Amino acid sequence: MSIIVDTDTKLVISGLTGREGSFHGLRNRAYGTDVVAGVTPGKGGQDVEGIPIYDEIAQAVAERGANTSMIFVPARFAAAAIDEAIDAGVHTVIAITEGIPVLDMLRVYWKAKEAGVRLIGPNCPGVLSPEKSNVGIIPAQFFDPGSIGVVSKSGTLTYQIGNELKQAGMGNSSIVGIGGDPIVGSDFIDVLALFEADDETELIVMVGEIGGDAEERAADFIAEQVSKPVVAYIAGFTAPPGKQMGHAGAIISGSSGTAEAKKEALEARGVRVGRSPTETAQLAVEAIGTRA
Amino acid sequence: MDLLEYQGKQLFAAHGVPVPEGRQADTVPAAVEAAEELGYPCVIKAQVRIGKRGKAGGIKIANDREEAVKHDEAIIGMDIRGFKVHEVWVEQASRIDAEYYASLILDRSEKKLLAILSRMGGMDVEEVAETDPGALIQRHIEPDDEFTADVVRQMAIDARIDEDVTDGVAELLVKLHAVALAEDATLIEVNPMIVTSDRAVVALDSKVTIDNNAMFRHAELADLRDLSAEDPQERMAKEKGLTYVKLGGNIGILGNGAGLCMSTLDVVAQAGGKPANFLDAGGGSKADAIVDALEVITSDENVNAILFNIFGGITRCDEIAKGIIEASRRTDIGVPMVVRLDGTNSEEGLGLLADADLPDLHVEKTMLGGAERVVEISRN
Repeated sequence: MSIIVDTDTKLVISGLTGREGSFHGLRNRAYGTDVVAGVTPGKGGQDVEGIPIYDEIAQAVAERGANTSMIFVPARFAAAAIDEAIDAGVHTVIAITEGIPVLDMLRVYWKAKEAGVRLIGPNCPGVLSPEKSNVGIIPAQFFDPGSIGVVSKSGTLTYQIGNELKQAGMGNSSIVGIGGDPIVGSDFIDVLALFEADDETELIVMVGEIGGDAEERAADFIAEQVSKPVVAYIAGFTAPPGKQMGHAGAIISGSSGTAEAKKEALEARGVRVGRSPTETAQLAVEAIGTRA
Repeated sequence: MDLLEYQGKQLFAAHGVPVPEGRQADTVPAAVEAAEELGYPCVIKAQVRIGKRGKAGGIKIANDREEAVKHDEAIIGMDIRGFKVHEVWVEQASRIDAEYYASLILDRSEKKLLAILSRMGGMDVEEVAETDPGALIQRHIEPDDEFTADVVRQMAIDARIDEDVTDGVAELLVKLHAVALAEDATLIEVNPMIVTSDRAVVALDSKVTIDNNAMFRHAELADLRDLSAEDPQERMAKEKGLTYVKLGGNIGILGNGAGLCMSTLDVVAQAGGKPANFLDAGGGSKADAIVDALEVITSDENVNAILFNIFGGITRCDEIAKGIIEASRRTDIGVPMVVRLDGTNSEEGLGLLADADLPDLHVEKTMLGGAERVVEISRN
């Protein structure tokens, strides 16, 4: 098993004809992901290296059986593309696009929720289930199949930790980038619940950062509903209040959203928190070791 | 982006939210002329994005021309807790019967906008939240529901707002909601929202944050500037399209990806160093971006060593190495650099650096090793 994407994933990519979209879309296909279609309005009937392009996502669903959508279109069109994917009837939407206005995301979040569609992102690197499917921009070479589930707000930080796990001989069930925006489709708790239910996952690594209270809520959720060991890392201890640290959601507001508060909340619930990505990977290796 | 008080009030006025009449000025003569036009008494308010301006002497009432001159001279150019006052807002003085509080904020946990109303205005709202939380009436705006005057009227009753002004308060809050939706505001705070002696409800202050991601549909807001908050490096980085935050230390930091970059700051601090900045070179960084980034980092005179922490995913380490070599060729960087390259094409990148044999460049294999080395070098 793995979560969110696997060998059943049939992917339609909005924005496949763009420069970034084609680069990553073709990489995903080369990895083994079943990329069944691309969508670009006005370019229906064309193809990108054999992947058929449609004008609308609904056509890709009807004619190619697409069940998962990846959004790779520019920010100003991205919310509308997510709307279209939800209406077209896919069960999962993975939005890579960075810079979508937050009020658009508020609307889209509730629309997806009401339709029962799983939305991952936006402003995220996507989801990788090693040797099964890769949807997004995660460089798959740093991850082997295995029993550690990773859920993270940050891309590069995940690659850093994943690489250290790989060097320690550990692999992953799935790697899920939930994104660094203030409003994301799936929070830590949504993904923690999936890993808890996944047979293949034995341990979960959670990578958070300053801003919001998703980590604090995850701490409560872990205490109440997660039986598997969880190891965490939080970035941004040196971040000053009121400054946006790269990600739109990475901002300390007043006294809330600090790294210290998140670390304390997690530790109070028995989650070990690494001081660096390296130490976090070591904690994961230790936890798996004691379990085996 | 946080707006200055007067920029927020102009936005309010454009959407029909009552605000006192006023004028912006950035010189003493212009400010005095504004006071003369508006008539006395008037209020002269320092425009900086920091609270408690009044206590710092940044808000004064002028009863005649002589006082206007005196206050304008004192306020323009003054420093309020690190923020220099470049401009003032001069407005007609209001006769205040009551001070309330109103705000609309994005509640990230609930994924809804949250409206807050209180009869305890004109004071620190965080203090009210601690001492008298019941005085803050809060209501989430449901995704499918309209935020109507009827809803707010009930909030006003719950907040024990004076009965004769519940309609005025309701109307104002509904308009603030319209401002939030129309202008992509993630925070609107009016503290105080006043009742004047003739029982009109007026926004006497404004605190507005606009979503940076929505700037593409608000060209007029994107042009607004806040001179008091602009730092030379941050301005330069913005012009070059880089994500940079100044932190005040002496170790320049360049990482790729926001999370890894934040984490780099943390490990440098753990190693006993003080980061000078956050700089995310971004995914897929090319050589030119590295040249620009080095220019911004080294323009900060406090920087005496630089750490490159790159984990190449999409970013290729050979591109990063090319950028470092190119920047060294174009200008004298002048400070030692510690470089950690790992991930995609790291061997090629390290090879290029070895061939270039740049002076004062130190290669480290790991992130922690790089942090320790740069801290050590910065102390010499």
